[in-house]
Amino acid sequence: MTTLTKKVLNIGKLFKNVDNYTKRLSSHFNYYPDSEKPVEGETSKMNMMQAINNAMDLTLKNDPSAVLFGEDVGFGGVFRCALGLQEKYGKDRVFNTPLCEQGIAGFGIGLATAGATAIAEIQFADYIFPAFDQLVNEAAKYRYRSGGQFDCGGLTVRAPCGAVGHGGLYHSQSPEAFFAHAAGLKVVVPRGPNAAKGLLLACIQERDPCIFLEPKILYRSAAEEVPVESFTLPIGKAQILREGDAATLIGWGTQVHVLLEVAQLAQEQLGANCEVIDLMSILPWDQETVFNSVKKTGRCLVAHEAPLTCGFGAELAAAIQEECFLHLEAPVRRAAGWDAPFPHVFEALYLPARARCLDDLTQLLRY
Amino acid sequence: MALKSGVCFLRLNRLNQVARLLSTSSRPEIIQNGGNNADFPGAKAPYVTEMKFLDENSYDPIPIYRVLDNDGQVIDSREEPAIDKDTLLNMYKTMVQLNQMDKVLYESQRQGRISFYMTNYGEEGIHVGSAAALSPKDLVFAQYREVGVLLYRGMTITELINQCYGNHEDPGKGRHMPVHYGSKQRNIVTISSPLATQMPQAVGAAYAYKRIPNNDRCVICYFGEGAASEGDAHAAFNFAATLECPVIMFCRNNGYAISTPTNEQYRGDGIAGRGPALGLHTVRVDGTDTLAVYRAVQHARELALDNKPVLIEAMSYRVGHHSTSDDSTAYRPLEEIQKWTQAENPIQKLRLYLESKGLWDAEAEKTYAKEARNLVVRTMQEAEKKKKPHWKEMLEDVYYDMPPHLQKQMQQMEKHLEKYKDHYPMDLFQKE
Repeated sequence: MTTLTKKVLNIGKLFKNVDNYTKRLSSHFNYYPDSEKPVEGETSKMNMMQAINNAMDLTLKNDPSAVLFGEDVGFGGVFRCALGLQEKYGKDRVFNTPLCEQGIAGFGIGLATAGATAIAEIQFADYIFPAFDQLVNEAAKYRYRSGGQFDCGGLTVRAPCGAVGHGGLYHSQSPEAFFAHAAGLKVVVPRGPNAAKGLLLACIQERDPCIFLEPKILYRSAAEEVPVESFTLPIGKAQILREGDAATLIGWGTQVHVLLEVAQLAQEQLGANCEVIDLMSILPWDQETVFNSVKKTGRCLVAHEAPLTCGFGAELAAAIQEECFLHLEAPVRRAAGWDAPFPHVFEALYLPARARCLDDLTQLLRY
Repeated sequence: MALKSGVCFLRLNRLNQVARLLSTSSRPEIIQNGGNNADFPGAKAPYVTEMKFLDENSYDPIPIYRVLDNDGQVIDSREEPAIDKDTLLNMYKTMVQLNQMDKVLYESQRQGRISFYMTNYGEEGIHVGSAAALSPKDLVFAQYREVGVLLYRGMTITELINQCYGNHEDPGKGRHMPVHYGSKQRNIVTISSPLATQMPQAVGAAYAYKRIPNNDRCVICYFGEGAASEGDAHAAFNFAATLECPVIMFCRNNGYAISTPTNEQYRGDGIAGRGPALGLHTVRVDGTDTLAVYRAVQHARELALDNKPVLIEAMSYRVGHHSTSDDSTAYRPLEEIQKWTQAENPIQKLRLYLESKGLWDAEAEKTYAKEARNLVVRTMQEAEKKKKPHWKEMLEDVYYDMPPHLQKQMQQMEKHLEKYKDHYPMDLFQKE
């Protein structure tokens, strides 16, 4: 087995604090910007859309084989993540495809098979399912089935995911667990601009096909200082955002900010100091960081927007009980979306927001 | 798919064609806008004032291009491709070799020596005709019934049989079912079972080639007429056209998808009928005529390298069963199979052509067929004796690097095998 040495500037820096400064973005969470730079050097204030745009800009600049495509990408994309890139790099590198997700995924796999860097955009993660066959049966298994002769490691599929306040059934979904079951894929979810830039660049450079799920509610309003140069964050590594000893709170994407607020409330109201982990990579996930934390705290709450049953929290809970059984003071709890389609007018009641997570955490601490 | 013209008199003997003629003669007349196109962005078309639906009878069926007749004679000498003697013989021998391999491996599956097999009977001409017209640098995406392409590209009988046995010399490391071949060296992308998935992939690969300065490579993608019903086929045709990719989409229309005949697969004019509708350069050829296939692909390659994607539909008949898991007499008459085994046999047609040129005779046929068969039998005996890959190959290549959770699972299996190896056929596999 060969070991790939990646240019990971930040590898030793997995412990990370976030500012106490927060900004109310929607009814269900406050945004906690990163307080530390992931790498040294010049920074610029970017929201998550700009950080993603910047990552793709740097890729197109440095990798002549790289192309960016999807529905409405040519004019900058419906979330503006590709803004200005077609003007800068030309229509053969940043272009619209016909409206067909299975085509976009298959086309991207082909590009990567022929050695190009393919950055495909699926307009909403809710519409990735027509591409499920291409991603799960093809992309995930390409290297394995050919005995390593062919691969599509140059493929990254970006898709906006998660709740947005009013997205209803098909503009709100978090499909990460569907893909977590597909050996061969890497699945990554950032929590803000710095993570988005570092992880997206890592996905693009990764030698395996990656699905990069971007919580769309963070695109415009989540802003922080982001290094202007290229940098990567390691795939498969979680970050501890807040250290504590009372319980481990694990989330990803927007939910990380919910848990950071819950940890703050638990400190104020219960005097409990909780550890908050941003899992960042769903597949492969950072077992070491999670197990070490739970062995220390003895209690664990996993929270995600996706429905409870067979959500990725189930995998975490099962693995934690298997590895940390003697350290657990209480059963692992899961705060998740209800086992219903994502509703429109009931969104506030559907999400595992602040109050539900705090309620679950309180019960966990009093067990 | 030319709009119906006035050349229908040849087909007046058939009622449906009379109906077509009548329907066409009443095609609505363009009287508005001075015959100019309307300004809608979605189509370049004039207005008409007569409401009239078009249907599959509104167009002439796309004719089937052929060079040879059933006796192996060139019909129109202007269409005879200039193929040198050695290439012609190589093409023919590849067909015979493939045919012999199919016979032996089909039998070996029946005897339980390999788990699965699919023959290529009746479609050998499609394989070698197209492969010979391509450059070895062109990338091939195949469905599964194109083994003649692989053989013509230089894949050896040994490589193919090693794959069917999944032994340690199989570059696929025994992970895939038999007939799922692939060869990086020969630019043949590893075959996968899900139908039509290779089609948009081929288009993407072609797009990558197009972006390489002075590109001299195209991509060819083979698929059956059944696979063409998948959504991925539609995606591929449309992406190929709109993104102007150097790709040849090659359909083998052999009349059946397992048991499903084409009239349950589609109601339009075959697969070729869809090509012009999606903006593809399209031709339909006689797939039992190796020279017609050669000519079509030769021209298609020129178009493709000019970034004009092409659709070729090669008409043929699936002479063999769908696979070793299928008995095709359950859904089609024996006489039908026999007709295509005899009069319309691609191997026979090319043999008669070679014989008429004095390049081949009965004696050569007998000697070569025997040689080809012996090679397969010998190779199979060798392949059978070879060990399967080491069990650890089961968990390699899932990712470029093995992630920690998979390393853990490998250790788990290792410990398990230390205790329980007697429960597994360990002697089949290579040791450390």
